[in-house]
Amino acid sequence: MSAIDHPTPAHEVRERFGFWKRSYAMLIKEFIQLRRDRVSFAMIVMLPVMQLMLFGYAINTTPHNLPSAVLLQEDSDLARSVLKALENTKYFRFLYEVHDVDDFDNLLKSGKVLFGVEIPRGFERAVRRGDKPALLVAADATDPVAASAALGSLGMVVQTALKHDLYIGDPPEMPFEIRAHARYNPAANSSLNIVPGLVGTILTMTMLIFTALSVTREVERGTMEALLSMPIKPVEVMFGKIIPYVLVGFVQAFLIIGIGVVMFGVPVLGNLFLLALLSTLFITTNLSIGYTISTVVQNQLQAMQMSMMFFLPSILLSGFMFPFAGMPAWAQYLGEALPLTHYLRIVRAIMLKGATMQNVRFDALALAALMLVAMTIAVTRFRRTLD
Amino acid sequence: MNGGNGIAIDVKGLTKSFGGREVVHDLSMQVKRGSIYGFLGPNGSGKTTTIRILCGLLTPDSGEGTCLGYDIRRDADKIKRQVGYMTQRFSLYQDLSVRENLEFVARLYGLADARGAARDMIKRLGLSGREEQLAGELSGGWKQRLALGACTLPSPKLLLLDEPTAGVDPKARRDFWNEIHALAAEGLTVLVSTHYMDEAERCHEIAYIAYGHLLTHGTVEEVIAGSALTTYTVTGDELNELTAALAGKPGVDMVAPFGTSLHVSGRDVAALESSIAPWRDKSGLHWHKSSPSLEDVFIELMNRSRDNFQ
Repeated sequence: MSAIDHPTPAHEVRERFGFWKRSYAMLIKEFIQLRRDRVSFAMIVMLPVMQLMLFGYAINTTPHNLPSAVLLQEDSDLARSVLKALENTKYFRFLYEVHDVDDFDNLLKSGKVLFGVEIPRGFERAVRRGDKPALLVAADATDPVAASAALGSLGMVVQTALKHDLYIGDPPEMPFEIRAHARYNPAANSSLNIVPGLVGTILTMTMLIFTALSVTREVERGTMEALLSMPIKPVEVMFGKIIPYVLVGFVQAFLIIGIGVVMFGVPVLGNLFLLALLSTLFITTNLSIGYTISTVVQNQLQAMQMSMMFFLPSILLSGFMFPFAGMPAWAQYLGEALPLTHYLRIVRAIMLKGATMQNVRFDALALAALMLVAMTIAVTRFRRTLD
Repeated sequence: MNGGNGIAIDVKGLTKSFGGREVVHDLSMQVKRGSIYGFLGPNGSGKTTTIRILCGLLTPDSGEGTCLGYDIRRDADKIKRQVGYMTQRFSLYQDLSVRENLEFVARLYGLADARGAARDMIKRLGLSGREEQLAGELSGGWKQRLALGACTLPSPKLLLLDEPTAGVDPKARRDFWNEIHALAAEGLTVLVSTHYMDEAERCHEIAYIAYGHLLTHGTVEEVIAGSALTTYTVTGDELNELTAALAGKPGVDMVAPFGTSLHVSGRDVAALESSIAPWRDKSGLHWHKSSPSLEDVFIELMNRSRDNFQ
């Protein structure tokens, strides 16, 4: 043991790339610790599998005020009456009026509207002639609960409303045909909606808890004091603690989507690379929020409680359990502040509708903004001393 | 750096309170480079707080000073690079192996060859063959040794050791101190807090701190001389009776049993001698005047400081 027997060869210190080296040191350490923690390791796999099985069946609610668009190819009184009748059902709220098919398709694809009504050219004249023209109603059925209730109501509602219209009088039957078209999920299969949703929910839960415990654990085990006495900066600690779990999140996302495709037949219509990229962004956002929690709380119990405080609204207000469009305005505002809300839109759009970056760019930006806010709070909150 | 004036730690008037309770009061100290400086005092006397202030883990409420020539308030980052701090509680990662812990430290300090540095340290610590053992599974003595190894790995200029040998067996304690002396011989400055008197006697200089006040400092001889304490050592029978009889007598500041003998000490020699006179010639008791032990001095200081500060 004596220094005289084995004088230590002086090891050279290199200042270059210090930031990366220190972050790397932290990252390797976290990886080893995660590997040694067999229970946590098992949870990474068990949690998604269990949840997928549990959430196999959907939860039903009646939606209202579904954001809708109308593709108006004819501006006639009858067309206006039909729209008014639809709006009076309270199921629909017409936000956009477009005159071009491409605009119409894009609105649906980006998720800005869940419903589209197309009134074809020469509609009014055809009705008067008794030709029974088609009124095309397109629904985004990736959220089948919302779509099917609204679709089912169409026929009766429109007919009743038009009874009072002086053009029609009281016809024995529908003067026009309603051609409902459930887009993206024609069979209204709810697991198609649930599986992509579960990717987001499970990632929120696991990522949040992993990092929420990370700083408090060091404090409680007494290793924080030594760590703080070493030349590492708060940003480096943060990166070192977040990056290993990005990989963990990736494995989970892959697992859920894999099971979804194989067992529930969920399609992945969009670009897989885009899905992976935006999933990474979402994972990192959640990790940053978890890490922020970790810098605010005093112990691991508080960290768990605070994670739950964040997780529950994420489940309830993000559109995972209940259709986002059916929530009151204040709840929607709250929902917009949750990363899960944006990721659900992204993952459903990419997997089920084949959406492109162009379609989901606002939600991607929102995720990035939430991530930066969380990281900034975490770095400024991280206590560098024991004061 | 420091302009080579040979002082590693130079602080003045450090004060620190927690929740209105002053833990360190107006503390000033100087530690020479290459020396082993012992930090003694009862539990809760402010030793740990002072050490934490020195390595930038706590900010003093008032006071100033330098550590290795760097300002303790402004240059905490620079101080951290050159100071090895061994915490009172084992603070390496229990779920990491010996090698992984050392490599982690080496990487954090930016050593060019982290693996090589860890390997060399394992050899030096005599831990070869245990490098893959988890740190949490090591015995107390090995844990201390590993913790010291982790502190010295980045070749610091100053070591701050907070009760490094608490709960370690005598053999491991002796090895530990041999290592500290070897490190000091290589030019390292060591500040070490301890409760053990034999360890205090192995320091080049010591300081005694109680209730946040630095009461005395200097070499062991200086501290003993400075105490102005006269001690009589009594051996013989019925020492218990004597203890009871002498306690509280004028001039008798302290009566403490040491195994089969009794230390009777006081600062006022004349009063002490007149108080013990009736027992001086009692048969079966052997008296002789000795210099006080370090422990006598500290306990007397502590008793006195309790009166002053509490």
